[in-house]
Amino acid sequence: MTTLDLTGAVVVGGLFAVGFHLLLQRSLMRLLFGFLVLGHATNLLVLLASGPPGKPPVLGEGQEAEAFADPLPQAMALTAIVITFGITTLLLALVYRSWYLLGHDQVRDDVEDRRLGEEREAQ
Amino acid sequence: MLVLITAHAVVAAVLPALEARIGRAVWVVAALVPLATLVWAGALTPTVLDGGAPLENLPWAPSLGLDAVMRLDALSLLMVFVVSGVGAAVLFYSAHYTQEEHGRESALLLLFAGVMLGLVTADNLLVLYVFWELTTVVSFLLIAGRGRTREHRDAAEEALVVTTGGGLTMLLGFLMLGEAAGTYRVSELVADPPSGGYVPAALVLVLIGVFTKSAQMPLHGWLPAAMVAPTPVSAYLHAAAMVKAGVYLVARLAPGFADVAPWRPLVLTVGLVSLLFGAWRALWERDLKRVLAYGTVSELGLLIALFGYGTRNAVLAGEVMLLAHATFKSALFLVTGLIEHHTGTRDLGRLSGLGRRRPVLLTMAVLAAASMAGLPPLVGYLGHEAYFDTFWKAARLGAGWGEPWIVAALTVGSALTVAYAARFLWGAFGDKSGVRSPPADDPADRGIGMAAPIGVLVAAALVMGVWYPGTETFTEPYAAQMPRLQEPYHLALWHGVTPALALSVGTLLAGLLIHRDRAALAVVRARSPRLPDVQEGYRWLRHGLDGAAVWFTRRTQVGSLPAYLTVMLTIVLVVPGTALLLRESPLTVPPLWASAIQVPLAVVVLASAVALARVRRRLSAALLVGVVGYGVAGFFLVQGAPDLALTQFLVETLTLVIIVLVLRGLPARFGARAGTLRVRRLRLALSVAAGVLVGLLAMVASAVRKEPEASAYYMAHAEEAGAHNVVNAILVDFRAMDTLGEIAVLLVTAIGVGSLLTLRGARSAGARTIRSRLPAANRDPRTARWDVPRSEWLPEARHLPLHDRSMLLEIVTWVLFPAILAFSVHLLYSGHLRPGGGFAGGLVAGQAFALRHLVGGRVGAAFHRLADPRVIAGAGLALAAIAGLAPIVFGGVPLTSALLDWTLPVFGHVKVATSVVFDTGIYLLVVGVCLRLLTAVGPLQVSVEESVQAAGDEPGVPTAPDDRGSRDR
Repeated sequence: MTTLDLTGAVVVGGLFAVGFHLLLQRSLMRLLFGFLVLGHATNLLVLLASGPPGKPPVLGEGQEAEAFADPLPQAMALTAIVITFGITTLLLALVYRSWYLLGHDQVRDDVEDRRLGEEREAQ
Repeated sequence: MLVLITAHAVVAAVLPALEARIGRAVWVVAALVPLATLVWAGALTPTVLDGGAPLENLPWAPSLGLDAVMRLDALSLLMVFVVSGVGAAVLFYSAHYTQEEHGRESALLLLFAGVMLGLVTADNLLVLYVFWELTTVVSFLLIAGRGRTREHRDAAEEALVVTTGGGLTMLLGFLMLGEAAGTYRVSELVADPPSGGYVPAALVLVLIGVFTKSAQMPLHGWLPAAMVAPTPVSAYLHAAAMVKAGVYLVARLAPGFADVAPWRPLVLTVGLVSLLFGAWRALWERDLKRVLAYGTVSELGLLIALFGYGTRNAVLAGEVMLLAHATFKSALFLVTGLIEHHTGTRDLGRLSGLGRRRPVLLTMAVLAAASMAGLPPLVGYLGHEAYFDTFWKAARLGAGWGEPWIVAALTVGSALTVAYAARFLWGAFGDKSGVRSPPADDPADRGIGMAAPIGVLVAAALVMGVWYPGTETFTEPYAAQMPRLQEPYHLALWHGVTPALALSVGTLLAGLLIHRDRAALAVVRARSPRLPDVQEGYRWLRHGLDGAAVWFTRRTQVGSLPAYLTVMLTIVLVVPGTALLLRESPLTVPPLWASAIQVPLAVVVLASAVALARVRRRLSAALLVGVVGYGVAGFFLVQGAPDLALTQFLVETLTLVIIVLVLRGLPARFGARAGTLRVRRLRLALSVAAGVLVGLLAMVASAVRKEPEASAYYMAHAEEAGAHNVVNAILVDFRAMDTLGEIAVLLVTAIGVGSLLTLRGARSAGARTIRSRLPAANRDPRTARWDVPRSEWLPEARHLPLHDRSMLLEIVTWVLFPAILAFSVHLLYSGHLRPGGGFAGGLVAGQAFALRHLVGGRVGAAFHRLADPRVIAGAGLALAAIAGLAPIVFGGVPLTSALLDWTLPVFGHVKVATSVVFDTGIYLLVVGVCLRLLTAVGPLQVSVEESVQAAGDEPGVPTAPDDRGSRDR
């Protein structure tokens, strides 16, 4: 198969970069947006990597089979989109809950982790 | 065999429940099972001794070589008699010994007997390993008891850690052996042993497991520590059965592997060193049980050396010694238990004059100790004679395996054994000047109940000794399989005056001398350098491991999520990145674009993405992420994926609506940017590098992709499924199982969101009572304001404050709502032919509800009366599942679909695939999920409005709702 075109690669790479950048921060909401962008980027990656653009894989209009786009990555990406929607809303609910209970939506360091280590070391 | 093993487990399972009814008698019930095993083994004895080997096979995973094959040959038979015979005796003894927890203790001991039975009859290395580790687990539970004292817990832990460590090593060795031989059947392995390659290494690994289990130096530390266990447990596990597992394995493998390079030096060295030093240590212990424990280390060393030497005569001697050890050592343990029971101590410095008060007990103990010391006419004597004779002759013959040294070690070891046997008797029963033994308090009946099993064991030792032809008939068949380097030795009490007899007498006298002049020896001991204590070593190792674990945790478990992500991302960069660089790249110069429309799309997507990374306002971020999503949908469309684009558009819209609804409850801006400049630069560099890597990977992946065969299949068979839209056919037909799982996940997330957002305490209940009535003036057309609704277009909008309502929007919604719903149903049913389907249809219907929610507010209020969204979603999942299962009724495979051809009056010729039912399930579920999400965020909206009003009095916090007070902290 042919190599992915430069535009596609740049878009996928750019989206991944932004996604990771957001994911590396401490605001839960930014994390959520990062997750969303990574989701988009991954779906796009799966689809673009499956081959060059083709006709929609809808049969019965007398087209050559070679002209169709690969339907399997599409089916995979479709379910992925819907799942991402579900997870996004769940994350959103968690963000809201965190803010509701703690008054902020920042990811704090896990103090339990640190304290456990310090206590054991002190022994 | 399998039936009997199962019987052990089943009876063990009911014993704890039985305890409440029959109390102590559970021990008798438990003892019946090993007794039955004895009867069974007795019935099979003639067959087995004639060379037969009854086999049972329970195929489990034959392709992996995992069959529960059980085989009863002469060696297994011997072990079964030891395991079940001593087991029954110990169980009867415990009925009187144990004071509490009869149910637990008897169940564990019985379970152990069953596991041990499995271990000695298993003919598959892996099955054997499973039983091997099960004995460890049961032993842990028995040593720890209820774990009341630290001593118990530590001892149990040490036994567990050391023996499982050895067990794992052994497993590795088993796997290597099994792979080298091409079979895991023990009998086949020994009959046709593999050689060369890594077989020597495998044997060393197996032997390490053996040495931990049989408490060989220097891995013996756990056995003396385990003496905190109740005495019956020590008698059974730590003398007769469990520690014999290692010996058994050596005996089992010796016919095949005794001649392989590291085997003989290793077993002889470790075995004889354990023989000598175990016996030496036993001389200096004060606790009777620890004397016996070190004695066990010593005797096991002897057994391993005898079996490991692997000639006919040595193995015969080993078998006799094994029988002897099982009887005398468990008898001595039980004697110790009885003494402790009477006097409350087992410290030999505090016991005195017990021999005069307990003549019967003394007689039994003397007989057992005599067997240990090798005095006629007990079975121990037969064993001593046999090995002295064997190795004396072997030394003269000179097979070249260091026989003179072996004879020396055996002689010294036997002398020391005599010495500690004498010490045990003297310590337990002798009169000591200046020691007043603690007063004995013992109900006589219990004494008899406990003494009887000891009597049986001692009688067995006596019978085996006197009736030596019988003992030989029993032990000869297995030994006969070994190579014969010399004339076969025959057991007898009197061979005439032989070197072996001289050695026996000599060791006896030397042993008694050592016991008499112990004081002189103590001086020697005090002056000689102390050997390092293995207990210290174990503790040091444990502390070291603990410290290392803490150190490692402190350095890696920093508790910062960004730090963890940074590490992961770096590894992603380094590992696949390096692979990408090192491999020859299949990349050619890529085209700039596949379709020119991509370029503006790319610009929009990238620009919004970069802006998204920079904006500070949440709402702007939400809108920008929406733009990215729509742009990606555009890419899908260009790529030839209309289904995908449609779904992406719909999902993006719904996501945006829900995010915005939730955002109304959150502060407008993100918190301050965290981290120093350096951290931020690192973050930027890392994410850009990751982006570049993924971009490159995408190009490489697409360049090396082969022709998609799966897709070709789907294309070819889509028509059969009655579909033109191949994507839809894959979703609801070819890969319907995946889809079913996926919608289940979707439902779960919706349930999660619902729980998280509606868990808000009582205060939101008040919000539901808001109700705006139309002002009376508006009901009169003359006085009404034009833009305030005059009638109820949307019934639920009544709940909104008047200033939030718009007549125009309400009418538009009223018109559009049914139309959109109809369109969604159309999408659902045309999905098999054109882009659309259950997901798209459901999402469109979701948009209709979202619209209604935005205009009328609280969509849930209107539809709750019709149907709970959770019910709709659940019904969808159920429908999809039923549609998937339905083909079973018609004799088909689940999740297949059939094509129905009907000619109906109005519609004419109709062709329907049954998979449309499945798709309808998806549709219902998606609708239910959307509704659930909207109803969950709906109350948020109301509370926000409330909070805006509340915030009016409190200008300082314009964005925070008034639920600060109800916060947990």
